This record gives sequence, structure tokens and C-alpha cells, in this order.
Amino acid sequence: MKAIVCVKQVPDTSGKVSVNENGTLDRASMATITNPDDLNAVEAALKLKDETGCEVVVVSMGPPPAEGMLRELLARGCDKAVLVSGREFGGSDTYATSQILAAAVKKVGVGPEDIVFCGRQAIDGDTAQVGPQIAEKLGLPQVTYVADIQKEGNTLTVKRMLEDGFMKIKVQTPCLLTCIKELNEPRYMSVGGIWDCYQKPYEVYDYEALKNDPLIDTDTIGLQGSPTNVYKSFTPPQKGAGTMMEGADKAACEKLVGILHDKQVI
Amino acid sequence: MDFTLSKEQLMAQKLFREFAQNEVKPLAATVDEEEMFPLENVKKMAGLGFFGIPVPREYGGQGADTLTYAMCVEEMSKVCATTGVIISAHTSLCIDPILHYGTEEQKRKYVPDLAAGKKIGAFGLTEPGAGTDAQGQQTVAVLEDDHWVLNGSKIFITNAGYADVFVVFAITGTVVDKRGRKSKEISAFIVERDFPGFKVGKHEKKMGIRGSSTCELIFEDCIVPKENLLGKQGRGFSIAMGTLDGGRIGIAAQALGIAEGAIDETIKYTSERVQFGRRISQQQNTQFQLADMAAKTQAAKYLVYAAACKKQAVNNGLKDRYTVEAAMAKLFAAENASDVTRRCLQLFGGYGYTRDYPIERMMRDAKITEIYEGTSEVQRMVISGNLGVK
Repeated sequence: MKAIVCVKQVPDTSGKVSVNENGTLDRASMATITNPDDLNAVEAALKLKDETGCEVVVVSMGPPPAEGMLRELLARGCDKAVLVSGREFGGSDTYATSQILAAAVKKVGVGPEDIVFCGRQAIDGDTAQVGPQIAEKLGLPQVTYVADIQKEGNTLTVKRMLEDGFMKIKVQTPCLLTCIKELNEPRYMSVGGIWDCYQKPYEVYDYEALKNDPLIDTDTIGLQGSPTNVYKSFTPPQKGAGTMMEGADKAACEKLVGILHDKQVI
Repeated sequence: MDFTLSKEQLMAQKLFREFAQNEVKPLAATVDEEEMFPLENVKKMAGLGFFGIPVPREYGGQGADTLTYAMCVEEMSKVCATTGVIISAHTSLCIDPILHYGTEEQKRKYVPDLAAGKKIGAFGLTEPGAGTDAQGQQTVAVLEDDHWVLNGSKIFITNAGYADVFVVFAITGTVVDKRGRKSKEISAFIVERDFPGFKVGKHEKKMGIRGSSTCELIFEDCIVPKENLLGKQGRGFSIAMGTLDGGRIGIAAQALGIAEGAIDETIKYTSERVQFGRRISQQQNTQFQLADMAAKTQAAKYLVYAAACKKQAVNNGLKDRYTVEAAMAKLFAAENASDVTRRCLQLFGGYGYTRDYPIERMMRDAKITEIYEGTSEVQRMVISGNLGVK
């Protein structure tokens, strides 16, 4: 039994954000972190490992320095890491990325008892599209926005959060789940884990390794092949300070209603 | 000397920083105010391996190195000096002497649980009449059949209220030198908390590191199995001094962390505080003060890291000592911590004197680093003795 976790290294948006001329993020100039929701996906897989002893494989697509992030995930307790990396993959949108990652996950191998975990969405693109697209391409049942997982044999009972409630869904392995932060509290690395992480298996899948997989249409990957064209990237102007009103009398209420009316809120 | 950290050390530093910010810092004021031993965080740190960092894997440790251990103490002490000293006393003063002077049986029996943080360690040398003058101690151990009987008391013992295993020193006889002068024969023992006749006494109320459990140890016909003699009989004094060489690196790292933490807080405060229409960080006095403090603290860091690397080299088989390096690191880092925290508090002004800000706590915490595990005066004696200045 295996848990395969797809993770992404993203810019730390609490720091400086800069954009290239072609509209993509200038990742080289920005500090990076592991995408927060992906850490919840990793934690879900590690909890499964704690309970069942299964193997946890982390897969990421990115430039070679993403190895640092993958080693940190190995230091948290994951068993094996795969970096999908090649110039041909650079600049891929979600359609292209999901083809490549689906092929990589397939190469890792999805067995009948296995679960693929993804984060809900990445904080750079905020699309929440890659996880579901991987599931579609691999023909796996999927549940998104997962906030709880109960496992009994090969059946998972999953809590799927919605805006105003939740659904409980039963799903059979193999399947794909996209995880949200309410699912768990990601663990820290351990000192022993850090001292082990450079000895754990680490593989790089490049373009040559994946290009012949039928899941990949080589004309639709990379910046040129991606169907999404970024027209413009910009930092939106900050919202001005709000207006504070005081008073609990009729006049204050009328004034408030007047403002809301003028702004066509009511 | 190359202080470039390895990939593992950098990753460990990141872990320590994250843990310190997320778990330790939010509790630091309460730990101080309520004299609270941070037991929950101790358990969390144990789970992450912080209690056995430089301990070999074969004894249940993390198999990392002395510098990584020192960085752990440093990073915790940046936000909470109490947390830093809990790790330091446990690792340097309890695990280290058992690892270096213990029999294979003693190592197998005690080190794995200590390294996993399932048990907490402490060290008992100081007595009411024996502080800097470690030879002045009164606690005695008498061999009776298959056990030693200990009588006496120890004071100011770090971690005592929560420790399970204690490395303790007692007089086991009299030694007469060639000139006929008598001196005390001191030996070391491993004492477990539940040995008959052992109890933990008064808890000290301190100026700083107030969450650290500092207590008296009392031995009243305390029965210690014969096999719990640590090292050879009569070697206690050199075991104590050798252990303190390592301990001083931990305290130097604690002092370094306190100074760095104070500088971090002061940069933040002076960048926000406005007087005379501008941030006080724009005043040249603030800039020059912080520049001086940062330079001195960096110098302290190099001394601490160099001492830690030397100890690791000795652990790895280098035939040398690190006594002087440890003494220099502790002397310089401790006096720097006191100086830096005092100057930082001055930059905070009146707010710094209140408990609304952490700087007064840091100033109180810094002082102890000039006193315990060898006062600054003792470090000067060690250093000048090595220079041949008599």
C-alpha cells in the first residue's frame, strides 16, 4: 500500500512578489515555501503511514532547487521523493501540469489500495484545478475539499467541506483526495529525520522519462503549449481605510442605510 | 575556519526557528511570570529529538553533532532562555558524562530514555558551601556491601523538579599526596529519582530563567547500587570539570541566543517607535548601538560555534581538549548577553522596563549565564592558566 502526495513549491507571498515580463511569476527572486494545503496532504499521508505502515512517496514538478523542499518532506517522515523537472515543462499551466504530474504518478505506480493526496489549491495560482485534472487523467475517483478521512479496508469515508455544510462520501481505493487545512495539523521535521533525509531514495523524472507516456501530449505542455495565456499580471491597489460610524440612534442608522443605498449594496 | 553549515545543519536550524516561533515564543512570558516549567513543550521537543541531538544512534539519539545541539539551545534561547537551559543541562550535564565516563551497561540502561526525552536529566555538584570551590563539598558516600550510602545535599540544581536521572558527586574518601597533604576524594554517581533516601527539596525563586526548575537535592541514607558509580572511584572531580567544559558550550549558546533575541526585538521596536516625529531607528545613536551589538554578538557566535566544532572533533577522536575554547566562548557570550540586553532595554526606554515587552525578561535571564556552570571569573582563571600566567 502506498500514499502518493503531489506537492508544489510556491513563492512565500508574505514576502516580496515579483512578476516576469511574460506575466509569469519571477520565482527565482522570491523566497519559497511548501504550498500550505500540500502540507496537509503530506500530513494525511503520514498519518496513514503511522496507522498502516504504508509507504509515502512525494512528487513535485519544479526546477532543481525544489529538491530542498522535497528533502524537508523526507525529514518529516516521507519515504521517497520524485522531482519532475525539465526545461520542456517550464511555464506549464494547470492543463499541462496535470498531464505531466499524472504521467509521473502513473510511473510511481498507483496500486489497488493506494491513495493519491493533493492540496486543495496552491497559493500562487489559486486554481484548485490540478488535483481534479490528475484524477480525471488517471481515471481515479476523486473527492475535493477533504476535512476528515476514516479508513476501513479499501473504503474511505471522507468529509467534504462545502461553503455552508459538508458531505460525507464513501470512496474506494485507488482514489485521489484534495486536502484542506481543517484536515490536520502538519507535523514538524524531526532532528533524526533531517539526518536521514539525504540517504532516502530521491529520483528525478525529466522530459525523456515521461514524454512517451500517452497521458502527455507534448504539444500542449510548457509555456508555449499551455492553452492559458496570461494577459497581464499586476499587484492590485490596496483598499483604502474603511469608514467607521458611531452611534446607536435612528439618525446613525438612516445615515448608514443611505450610504449602503448610494453604493447600491441595498 | 569555515563556519558554512551543512545542508542538514541548515535544515535543523530552520526546524528550531519554526518550533521556537510557533511553540516556544507564545509561552515565554507566561513561563517567566508564573515560574512555569514548560512541560508540554518539553514533550513536543522530545518527540522531535531535541533531547538527544548529539547522541549516537546506537544509544537512541539523533546522531547529529555538537554544533547542531548548540544551535538548538541558541534558537530556543532567542525567545525563551528557560527552554534553552532545560535542553542544555539535560544534554551536556547528564547525558554527556554518562556517555563519556559510563560503562556499556550504564549507557544502555540510561541513555536511550534520556535521549528520547522520556526521562529528564540533571547534574548535582553545587552545595551550600561548595560553589566555585567544588572541592568544598560535604556530601559523602560510603560503600556498604553492594551499595553506596549517600548523605548530604545539593543546591541550585537545574531541572531537578522534573528530572528522573541525576549525575551526582560525593566524597568517597581522603587522598594524601606525596607531600603528605590531604584532600577529598570525590566520585560521581548516577542517582535515580526513586532511589530510597533521595528527595527533591526547596524550589528556588530566581531573578531570571524563572520557568527552569531549580531545586535542592537531599540525600538521607540514600541507597545507590554499587554499579551506579560513574567512572572510577576518585575520578569525580575530573569528571565534573570535564562535563562542565561541555556544559559551558551549552550555556554560551544560551547566552548567544539571548543576545540575538534581544537584538531582534530591539530592531522591531525601534523601527516602530516614533519620537520627535521619526522612528527611533532613524536616530544615529540607535543605529550605532545596534551595529556594535550585532558585531559583538557575531563574534560571540564564532567563539561558540568554534568551541562546539572542537568538541565534536574531540568526540570524533581528535586527541585534544576544548576546555579553553569553551571557557572563552562562555565568558565572552555571557558578558555580551548581559551588555546587549542592558543596552537594548535602554533603547526601549520606559516601555522596556515594563513586562509588556520581553526585553526586561531577557536582561534578567542574561545575568545567570555569567554565573552558572562556572562564573566569568572561573572562565578567566581557566583562560589565564592556559596562557601560563600565574
